[in-house]
Amino acid sequence: MIDCQGITKKYAHLVAVNNISFKVSPGEVLGFLGPNGAGKTTTMRIIAGFVTPTAGRALVSGFDVESQSMKAKQRIGYLPEGAPSYPEMTPRSFLEFIADVRGLTKGKKLSRLEEVFSLLHLEPVLEQTIDTLSKGYKRRVGLAQAILHDPEVLILDEPTDGLDPNQKHEVRSLINQMSKNKIIVISTHLLEEVEAVCNRAIIIAEGQILVDDTPANLESRSRFHNAVSLKLIDPSQIENVRAAIEALNEVTATEVDTNNNRMTAFPAPNKMPLAAISELATAQGWEFSEFHLESGRLDEVFRTITAGENA
Amino acid sequence: MNHIFAITRRELISYFSTPLAYVFIVIFLVLTSTFTFYLGNFYERGQADLSAFFNFHPWLYLFLVPAISMRLWAEERKSGSIELLMTLPIEPREAVLGKFLAAWSFIALALILTFPIWITVNFLGDPDNGVIFAAYLGSLFMAGGFLAVGAFISATTKNQVIAFILSVVACFGFLLAGFSLVLDLFSSWAPQALVDAIASLSFLTHFSNISKGVIDLRDLVYFSLLIAVFLYANTIILHLRKAD
Repeated sequence: MIDCQGITKKYAHLVAVNNISFKVSPGEVLGFLGPNGAGKTTTMRIIAGFVTPTAGRALVSGFDVESQSMKAKQRIGYLPEGAPSYPEMTPRSFLEFIADVRGLTKGKKLSRLEEVFSLLHLEPVLEQTIDTLSKGYKRRVGLAQAILHDPEVLILDEPTDGLDPNQKHEVRSLINQMSKNKIIVISTHLLEEVEAVCNRAIIIAEGQILVDDTPANLESRSRFHNAVSLKLIDPSQIENVRAAIEALNEVTATEVDTNNNRMTAFPAPNKMPLAAISELATAQGWEFSEFHLESGRLDEVFRTITAGENA
Repeated sequence: MNHIFAITRRELISYFSTPLAYVFIVIFLVLTSTFTFYLGNFYERGQADLSAFFNFHPWLYLFLVPAISMRLWAEERKSGSIELLMTLPIEPREAVLGKFLAAWSFIALALILTFPIWITVNFLGDPDNGVIFAAYLGSLFMAGGFLAVGAFISATTKNQVIAFILSVVACFGFLLAGFSLVLDLFSSWAPQALVDAIASLSFLTHFSNISKGVIDLRDLVYFSLLIAVFLYANTIILHLRKAD
């Protein structure tokens, strides 16, 4: 359990985090979303015990991260932003150091090291110094460090930053595997990541929580939710088709993307235009190269929510 | 204890996986011998002792110890690894001690590697090895004093150059605390008791006693206390300024 109670962090000219409260329970994978400088990293640093809050407190498994910091820190695995480590060390000696500090006993240490080496595919680079590694490997060394002691609480600040699509996929499946009985908090700019791994999303901007909901509910706030996108094989027909679709009760508006001739029909409130449009298409004999139901676009919701706040 | 040793080990691994360790040791050995034989007139003195060797230690340490201590914390702050270190389940005092012990044992290693000069003097004459041992011990304690001051200063900045320069200046002050250069700054306005107190902080005075073979407990206590005070201050700085 993570329990943040009114945490606030003020710097001389800036309120980085402004009275944020939330709880996270085991099994939850919480995604922190927000524009740069929104306070995501500061919030995570407060939970990890690196930044002392100006007001409020954070509890990890019931331990105050300031007054009972040792007990709290033992239960946390933390990947700081940018995955800092000691560049002159090799991944092996670095992770052995972490294992020693985490107090793993000798047998446990060896077996856990082997486990994380293979989980994160570090075997090829174990004897190379960390500063000679690619960004992706550095990030994975940082992740290995965070999960080495199999913590109850994982706090990962941008865990997939700098990874290629395959590596991103692997890290996401790793997070999914571990998520069953852990508390995981990740921050990210990538909305697809929230869909892929999180079952809860918090959007923060200017140090405050704007939204705290499931990714599915967030998507349903999008105007694309239940919209139908289609592309005609014969683009010259598009104006006829558009007029016919706009006449349907289930549709409020249509938009055509002139770059690729893709048309999107937006649903009327509480309507599902998919069936009506496909019936109409069959009756009229339209032929599509593309026809699909939109589930909602997180990036659009994100922009609406965070931009609305600034306006 | 395990945490302290884990940190000491990690630091030593870092020293020896970069050229730092080798450059330091080579420079230290070259300079000690140069000073001993050319400036200290080791042969011309015609005495079977190592005072020509030990007399230059304070001046060597003045520049070489800050070169070791400047990176202790400033580098962690600069690279961001301090965030990792401070979020591991380690008490700040354990981190401070672990780092200090690593740097101190590294300097001890450099000192031990000067053993050929000890062999030389034993080959040429019949020195009092008790005095030599005492001087080595005193030298090590003095290095610890320099190191604790430098470690504290390194914890206050993320800039290693600043850490180096401030450490050299601070150590220079401690070195010459018993001399008019420093005391004149105070004698015109401060009460005599304070001036005497400052004078008694002098590294040179305390070290010259030990290097003559007089192991006075007060001198060892002086260096030990100095180390303890600055390591404690180092811990407080870390508590106060973990993140920025």
